Amino acid sequence: MARGALTSRLVAVALVAVAVALPFFAATYYLQLASKVLLMGLLAMALNLVVGFGGLVSLCHAAFFGLAGYVLALTSPPYEAASIWITLPAAVGAAALAALVIGALSLRTRGIYFIMVTLAFGEMLFFFFHDTRVAGGSDGTFIYFKPLVAIGSLPLLDLEKARTFYWVVLGLTLAGIALLVVIVRSPFGHALAASRVNERRARSLGFPIYRIRLAAFVISGALAGLSGYFAAAQFGYVAPQMLGWHVSATALVMVVLGGMRTVTGPLLGAAILMGLEEFLRASTEHWKLLEGLIIIGLVLAFPDGVRQLFDMALKPHAFPALRRMRRPAVPREAGNA
Amino acid sequence: MNGDSRLILPTRRTILKGATGAAALGLVSPFPKPAIAQGAPLKVGFMLPYTGTFAKLGKFIDEAFRLHVEQKGGKLGGRQVAFVQVDDESKPEAATDNMNRLVGREKVDVVVGTVHSGVAMAMVKVARDTNTLLIIPNAGANEATGPACAPNIFRTSFSNWQPAFPMGKVMAEAGHKNIVTITWRYAAGQQMVDSFKENLAQTGSGAKIVEELYLPFPEVEFQSLITRIATLRPDAVFSFFAGGGAVKFVKDYAAAGLKERIPLYGTGFLTDGTIEAQGEAANGIKTTLHYADNLDNPANKAFLEAFKKKTNLDGDVYAVQGYDSAALLDIGLTAVGGDAGARDKMIAAMEGAKIDSPRGPISFSKSHNVVQNIYLREVRNGRNEYVSVAHANLADPARGCRLSA
Amino acid sequence: MDLVSFAVQLLNGVQYGLVLFLVASGLTLVFGILGVINLAHGAFYMLGAYLAYWITARTGSFWAALVGGVAIAFVVGLLLEEIFVKRLYGRDHLAQVLLSFGLILVLDEIRHILFGKDVHSVPAPEFLRGSIQLTEVLSYPVYRLAICVFCLAVAAAIFLVIQKTRIGMIVRAGAENRDMTRALGIRFDVVNRYVFAVGIVLAALGGIVVAPISTVFPGMDNQMLILSFVVVVLGGIGSVAGAAIGALLIGVADSFGKVFMPNFSSFTIYVLMAAVLLWRPNGILGRREI
Repeated sequence: MARGALTSRLVAVALVAVAVALPFFAATYYLQLASKVLLMGLLAMALNLVVGFGGLVSLCHAAFFGLAGYVLALTSPPYEAASIWITLPAAVGAAALAALVIGALSLRTRGIYFIMVTLAFGEMLFFFFHDTRVAGGSDGTFIYFKPLVAIGSLPLLDLEKARTFYWVVLGLTLAGIALLVVIVRSPFGHALAASRVNERRARSLGFPIYRIRLAAFVISGALAGLSGYFAAAQFGYVAPQMLGWHVSATALVMVVLGGMRTVTGPLLGAAILMGLEEFLRASTEHWKLLEGLIIIGLVLAFPDGVRQLFDMALKPHAFPALRRMRRPAVPREAGNA
Repeated sequence: MNGDSRLILPTRRTILKGATGAAALGLVSPFPKPAIAQGAPLKVGFMLPYTGTFAKLGKFIDEAFRLHVEQKGGKLGGRQVAFVQVDDESKPEAATDNMNRLVGREKVDVVVGTVHSGVAMAMVKVARDTNTLLIIPNAGANEATGPACAPNIFRTSFSNWQPAFPMGKVMAEAGHKNIVTITWRYAAGQQMVDSFKENLAQTGSGAKIVEELYLPFPEVEFQSLITRIATLRPDAVFSFFAGGGAVKFVKDYAAAGLKERIPLYGTGFLTDGTIEAQGEAANGIKTTLHYADNLDNPANKAFLEAFKKKTNLDGDVYAVQGYDSAALLDIGLTAVGGDAGARDKMIAAMEGAKIDSPRGPISFSKSHNVVQNIYLREVRNGRNEYVSVAHANLADPARGCRLSA
Repeated sequence: MDLVSFAVQLLNGVQYGLVLFLVASGLTLVFGILGVINLAHGAFYMLGAYLAYWITARTGSFWAALVGGVAIAFVVGLLLEEIFVKRLYGRDHLAQVLLSFGLILVLDEIRHILFGKDVHSVPAPEFLRGSIQLTEVLSYPVYRLAICVFCLAVAAAIFLVIQKTRIGMIVRAGAENRDMTRALGIRFDVVNRYVFAVGIVLAALGGIVVAPISTVFPGMDNQMLILSFVVVVLGGIGSVAGAAIGALLIGVADSFGKVFMPNFSSFTIYVLMAAVLLWRPNGILGRREI
């Protein structure tokens, strides 16, 4: 086991090193793609806090993601760059506030209801931007300049450069991972996991389930907003579809693809799904058919994500167990609770 | 709601040339290949809607552009042409991404697109950022040749302002006093209604807008708004819809029995490329546009015949726009002997272009928008037949454009 | 707004609501009986509309499309249950969400391969093509009235089956207490298969009957899906009567919203939903947690 942990740590360090060095050998297009993968990965990791660790399947995280993008668009002056010190807190704050309100209402429900209610609230925000004239309605609106990172009149970073932008996004993603690891390992994270594993017992042990879940939902929404802010800045354009449930569902696919029980799994899922999409799209006109079939196959064959495949490779003796697929997914957090 | 797939699941694409397997793996050589100006074919990127509500429009633009190239022996300005297609699905949210693909990954020399205004504006932004030559073969967003105008951006179709503007005069002269407008609530619809209102106010006829009705793009459930029109009982209705929405609106309007009592007017998009599906419901609708099916000039006759021969379809305004886009590019490339790198000279030639288009003579304004006749047409026997010239050589006011020739 | 106009707008809303009910009732049945969340429900609505176009174009008969479309949808429903859905019973909702999301992508591409990507319109049956003069200026298309009648008939049939037949009894018992019903020796695998197929048929039926008044286009499934979800949430999961109430509420809210609050018409629907959920978290007629 210790050897496994060491290996995975080495792999992680190597991956980070490659990621940091990427701008020196990848063309701009692929740098942009990499930034996109990191941002979607951050969204998926944020979503996983409530889905994987909290056991709450939310279909409205794209709304927080998109809302933050819209806040950037709306707070940017038309012909100059917006200051990141004002727009970023505003965007993340708006996402957190929306998560607080939607979470407070949705968490009154359970199971299928929770899924459908979050779906409907997400679509409500979608239609708010789609049907009203706020920020261009269904046409969306442009952000002509990337946010300005400066102290006073001293510019610190030039986000217009694809490299710099990528590094900033990479840094944020790593910070997001660190934050999520701290949260998951904290007593709060243990309580959240306990409420997933056995709600009744956790409640009878005196955990304020509703408040714990709401807090997780708000943190997750804020992180989704962080991702959305930079996604909007990257492409300089926001449209209502950024808030649509297809984005939420895609993030869920990333979560499940990469594995729900780890913090970084969804990032892996994002990389695999977006890489796959890039590849399929170049090779066939009907790539969505293949992607759909792959998703279906994944759900039926690997309920614990593709990490199962790696486990299989690392521990061949566990192979027969894979056929049964339904490993009781109780991580160590639950034991501590 | 056309939200079928959003943001990160954008498009189907067909690459005609070049396997991108290696590229798709994520890491390509960072060293740019030396540009071979003359030997390699000119790479034209089509970013058009091949699916969705505007699919047919995209197809017509694509086919007519290729027709022009074929007529020139597979060349423009003496240089071989290769095509790359991307389906933009009329989804603005995927537009930047798609445009980046064409410019960044496929390294096209010129981009031709698109139909949807929102998508076009995203393309304009990328074109400005990367200084890519862009020819817009349909989308009418006023901004593209207004505040966002740039030397490397041309439009061969129309600005939203153009076809709607003469309608104010047409309707005032027909004696209509109380008018209701109806359209989708998006930039194109709003700009056409505004332009129509601008001209209506200038006529000094006392005609006024009773109510402006809007519904979200691309919704097609018109029934409650049609009921509203019946309640308001105006003298006439001015409308803008296109594609599938136009088919349904015209049919619903007729089915509600309003067509005989409250005459329906609109910009030509209402009945262009949609007339077959609309059937009898469209008869008698008067529209203004920069084209009419039976325009009596040799260029039009030759074009329609050639288009029919190639595609077995009847050409329409969208096809003409695609055809003229190729003609414009041809003029630019001819001036530089096929060397798209000689950008300034090429742009100067395109600015000065005078084309004997199937729609009549066209030229280009300082903002690089087409200057053209706007015709009044009436639907008769399933055709948009020419009635009169509603406004000759109409140029877009290009508000906000800082280009000067 | 005078009384006649008001009545006509109300009729518009009711007609829209009835179509919504048709689609949403299928969704709520599948939720209620199978405990499966099916995001691909809207895709079957679109498939129905495309089948209506395809069969009508080939046979020239809308009735052939109605019968053929329903038959095809039923078979497709049975097959899908057998191949995919039955593996989801008892799995968590997340798996169901993802599998049906994958199904959406697959069905959409199959639609593209089989029927192309163009926008189509479908002619209504000959004898329903006219209009009835309502006011001096306004006529009402007969076909829209026929839709109302048809949807009401289907609704009546659903209620009769559920209230009066043995199958309906099993369905009600299953929705009430699944384990108990199973213990009584009811074979759910068979019931599930047919309920799922009927759910698909109802979605497709919705698509078929609106084809003549709506254009048939790629992406038409999305709005219907979301609205059906809202209807089910409003009415209470598994409750067909709740779906009826929810659908009519939304139809009418949409119709009047478009006229009186043109900038917020879709938004009003969600505000309505939020309000109802504050009042009753499990929907108007929802009784239990699922």
